[in-house]
Amino acid sequence: MKYTLFFNDATEADYELLGGKGKSLASMSVANFPVPNGFCVTTTAYSDVMKSHLEDVIDRVNNINVNDMNQLASLALEERKLVESISMPEAVENDIRLAYQRLCKECGFEKDLPVAVRSSATAEDLPDASFAGQQDTYLWVVGEEEMLKNVRKCWASLFTARAIRYRHDHNIKEEDVLMSVVVQKMVNSKVSGVAMTLNPMNGDRSKIVIDAGWGLGESVVSGEVTPDNYMIDKVILEIVKQQIHDQEFALVPDFENRCVTKKMLGEEYAGKECLSLTQLKALGQLCKTIEKHYQSPQDIEWALDGDLPDGENLTLLQSRPETVWSQKKKEKPTGFTMGMEGLVGSLLNPINKKKN
Amino acid sequence: MTQVKTKFISPYELKTPEGAEGWEEMYPYFLHFHDNLKEREEAKFWFCDSQHWPNVFKPFDAMTVEFAVKCLGQYNTRHYLIPPANGVDYKIHNGYVYMSPVGVEPEKIPDRVPQFMERAGHYFANWNDLVDNWRTKVKGVIDTMESINFEALPEVVPMEDIKSGKGLDPTFDLMNNYNKMIEMCYKAWQYHFEFLNLGYAAYLDFFGFCKETFPDIPDLSISKMVQGVDVDLFKPDEEIQKLARLAVKLGVTDAFQKETIEGALVVLNGTEEGRTWADAWEAAKDPWFNYTSGNGFYSSDKYWIEHLDIPYKYLKDYIVRVQNGETIERPTKKIAAERERITAEYRDLIFDDEAKAAFEGKLGLARVVFPYVEDHNFYIEHWSMGVFWRKMRQLATVLKDAGFWAERDDMFYLKRNEISEVLFDYGNAWAVGVTPIGPHYLPELIARRKKMVEKLNAVAPEPAFNKPPEVITEPFTIMLWGITTDSVNNWLKGNDDPNKLTGMAASPGDVEGIARIINTTDDLDLLQQDEILVTRVTAPSWAPVFGKIKATVTDIGGMMSHAAIVCREYGLPAVTGTGSGTTTIKTGQRIRVNGSTGEVTIL
Repeated sequence: MKYTLFFNDATEADYELLGGKGKSLASMSVANFPVPNGFCVTTTAYSDVMKSHLEDVIDRVNNINVNDMNQLASLALEERKLVESISMPEAVENDIRLAYQRLCKECGFEKDLPVAVRSSATAEDLPDASFAGQQDTYLWVVGEEEMLKNVRKCWASLFTARAIRYRHDHNIKEEDVLMSVVVQKMVNSKVSGVAMTLNPMNGDRSKIVIDAGWGLGESVVSGEVTPDNYMIDKVILEIVKQQIHDQEFALVPDFENRCVTKKMLGEEYAGKECLSLTQLKALGQLCKTIEKHYQSPQDIEWALDGDLPDGENLTLLQSRPETVWSQKKKEKPTGFTMGMEGLVGSLLNPINKKKN
Repeated sequence: MTQVKTKFISPYELKTPEGAEGWEEMYPYFLHFHDNLKEREEAKFWFCDSQHWPNVFKPFDAMTVEFAVKCLGQYNTRHYLIPPANGVDYKIHNGYVYMSPVGVEPEKIPDRVPQFMERAGHYFANWNDLVDNWRTKVKGVIDTMESINFEALPEVVPMEDIKSGKGLDPTFDLMNNYNKMIEMCYKAWQYHFEFLNLGYAAYLDFFGFCKETFPDIPDLSISKMVQGVDVDLFKPDEEIQKLARLAVKLGVTDAFQKETIEGALVVLNGTEEGRTWADAWEAAKDPWFNYTSGNGFYSSDKYWIEHLDIPYKYLKDYIVRVQNGETIERPTKKIAAERERITAEYRDLIFDDEAKAAFEGKLGLARVVFPYVEDHNFYIEHWSMGVFWRKMRQLATVLKDAGFWAERDDMFYLKRNEISEVLFDYGNAWAVGVTPIGPHYLPELIARRKKMVEKLNAVAPEPAFNKPPEVITEPFTIMLWGITTDSVNNWLKGNDDPNKLTGMAASPGDVEGIARIINTTDDLDLLQQDEILVTRVTAPSWAPVFGKIKATVTDIGGMMSHAAIVCREYGLPAVTGTGSGTTTIKTGQRIRVNGSTGEVTIL
């Protein structure tokens, strides 16, 4: 039984054990994209841990009246407490500990490598149920025991009130959802953000749109800060538009307290763009390659690793299919006038005049 | 918030610079803003074309704007009947030229469409044959001008003319030849526009398609798909590169220690290898040294063939670079491959078959016509005008030697019809047997005009006059001058941050460096290694200095301006059309040029 799987070791046959996020990280890692090293605690581990409890939990969850917010919240909390308290079979626990030890080693740490622990549910990549952000992520987790504790928390996060409600609303059966957990080297992000390989305003596939902020990406994704916004052309990788925003604070690791903290940003950051042209081009090129690999527009989380030198510091945290425009029925472009008629049309209605 | 202006100053309110009063006498009456036409002229929006004519005209040189803009107009209005556009009205005010494109009344447009389709359609359908024929015609103009020579009148009519019964004197030929030169210049400008506007129209059609299919597509992408690789405009520079390689290959580089090409040739002619090189140098001159570091519109433009020190300096630089193992040639294969990559990637981003076919069709036509747009410049501005100015200088020398003025180029302070008068004065005195009147009359007139030109040149032109239209719709304003509603609004807005300038992102890249303001081509020598060139407008023939500089900032110019094309070729960041780069930035200041966003910052 595979309880843990390093991204690099996973084969396609294993993907169903890794959940949405885990599968994406493994496939990107196998394709040689710059994904921070890590492993998945597989859904097999979850199933084996839950074994005797699972049926009861599902029964109880199915009986919650999701419209009663108070009831939903308190019953969800109880289920989470229960899941966190279930003791792990020794084989599972050992396997996870060994994997963490190996990860430490591979990243040049004797022990206590800071990691991110992320939940990765199996229903996450259902096309019409974008589970993005529906489960929990724990950052800057240090040490074996802490790591194990957070793996449990991730399993339990399947039963947050909003996740239960979400599954109910989207007709996802409780028994169809399993949880894998990603344990991944924590990137000390100097700059991070998201990128989309099309223009979300109009679906134009010739653009890449990038949000970028100082520090860890969570503040960008959650909308706590206004990030810099760049639009670059996908073919020539040149800036088409950019909006630089002053960012009040950045999320940064607190090494002493082993957690993430808000750091206020001083004068020197005022009006300063997060990404240089060279960095933008490198990011754009990476986005292009990813889109080509998956053969569909992608929604990408990325970071610049502050521990690595420029040129080697671009890392990929996540990529998932873009869901809005990809599912839209394409409007058929209307009749093009060719030849001389086309010319007359363009002379009578030069495009720049439409600006304004 | 400061109130945003809604209109520019009226030409009738603009003061004449002190000391330039009476400048009107230097230019034809039909190019003045006349007081009794105030209402009519103030109703029009005029913008300054300092892109083509950045400096104040000497009276003779104003002919270039007359011929060029008149001929531009005739093709729109009378040859092809471009449906929405007639010609471009133009005036000279305080020495600078202002343009006002003339639209067609909307109700007349439909009738012009079928006419345009038939007339322009014929040109598009037979483009390459017609362009081949065009080259022959232009070569004919050049040959005619080359065959003309101006010489001092002889003491007596040659005996052979007596014996052959010619019955005409040399003044007859002199006047005829002068007229012939003007006629040839006029002809060259007719030919200049025979294809140009149609070429831009096809480009505009593809441009519009791209902007609609890929909203916000950079103009740069579109021009890269259309732009040719093997362009005549780069040939002179390439010839110098070849000569540099040849010198290294033949092992004759020592000769180039000499200060001048004449000195070097003395050394070279001493050896067989040297003579081989000297022959190659001679062969390259015709036609490629008919090339100016200006733009062909001014009598003061310097052509290589008359100033061999210019190509010689470039040659010496190239030789050093070849010796250092550098590649000096343009990477044409790489440029061609990149053009195909870009085209293929955009094409693959079109998912509709009909749209894909439209892309191919429009790009195909744009690529057929664009070589003309790129190459005509060499044939007319460089080659034809090079010969024209050379012959005019020959005439100026003859008349200077005859005592009409003190310095050769004083002639250009006369209008072209005034020179006809001078020639008659010269011939008349010769025939009558007296001394001409010109030497006693012209020096004062020339001195007065020199002062006026100097005073006018000291004041920069206004960007525009009067109230702009709500929306710029005139296609040629947009295509040829790159003037859009946005750019006019930017002129009106002025500048809030004195250390920031914005212009067109003409060639990508982001660099910092020391600025050098270059006002005339003669100042080009001042440029130091790795400086940033800041200038009113650059000419394509400045290419050789582009190996030296880090970036370019210009006051004027659009995406397809020759300067932008050359910068992209050389991979230099360029911001064009900043409006006030040369007046805001000072030589020696550290500036940052972002050719990707079109921003220039004084640091």
